[in-house]
Amino acid sequence: MAKRDGRVEAKLAVHIQGGYHVNSNAPAEDYLIPIRLRWEPGPLTPAEVVFPKPEIEKYEFSETPLSVFSGDFQILTRFKVEAKAERGPGVLLGKLRYQACSHDTCYRPVTLEIRLPYEIQ
Amino acid sequence: MAPNFALKDSDGRTVQLADYRGKVVLLNFWATWCDPCRIEIPWFTEFERKHKDRGFAVVGISMDEEGWDAVKPFISEYRINYRVLMGNNEVAQLYDGVEALPTTFLIDREGKIAAIHEGLVSKSRYERDLNQLLDSPQGAAGTRGASRPTLLARTK
Repeated sequence: MAKRDGRVEAKLAVHIQGGYHVNSNAPAEDYLIPIRLRWEPGPLTPAEVVFPKPEIEKYEFSETPLSVFSGDFQILTRFKVEAKAERGPGVLLGKLRYQACSHDTCYRPVTLEIRLPYEIQ
Repeated sequence: MAPNFALKDSDGRTVQLADYRGKVVLLNFWATWCDPCRIEIPWFTEFERKHKDRGFAVVGISMDEEGWDAVKPFISEYRINYRVLMGNNEVAQLYDGVEALPTTFLIDREGKIAAIHEGLVSKSRYERDLNQLLDSPQGAAGTRGASRPTLLARTK
């Protein structure tokens, strides 16, 4: 539920299967693909996307420790609601992009569509 | 048979797997963002240097979405001495999807897949498989005259 010209937050819950990790939003090396959450234009404008504190882990295949997420975590988005947003229900679309690895294998990056239902009063 | 493909190399030339018939080929699917791949690539440059006169070739297929902008600097940095081709979803599907990197196929002189390694594998494992293929007259595992080569290995 959101009010015109107000602010609202949404938490995206992410679960990474055991034995795997994804690069954090600020990976240790420039060539690594970070996790990223982006929203389509709409009546809710993202003001800030907040990731949790990453884990710093050393893997056999990497010379340097990596900045990663694993297990369960949440990504918080703080939105500003447009002053002239149309009242009523809607769905804001987003894209979550991530790249996962196990202890010896890396998987091609994936982009997931995210659907955020909302109602503007 | 290992599926044939036609992909561009870093000079823009079209290369087919069929061009390598008669050679043992180490076909490596990789990407610049893949740390396990970065471990293996120096081994592959060594294999190329050591065995190219025995009818052997390494062929790398990059799955980098950024294309040559990402891959050409990497080729220079790592001093890759073998042919690197730019992959796509079509060639990945030919080889059963290739979602995991690195995925490496060892192909015998007759063009048949002799080994498949998914994920980081030890250098000694590659050396053992290669020596077996290179030492075989047909470049395939199994006894001479066998109608089908024995799959050397599949690690996953």
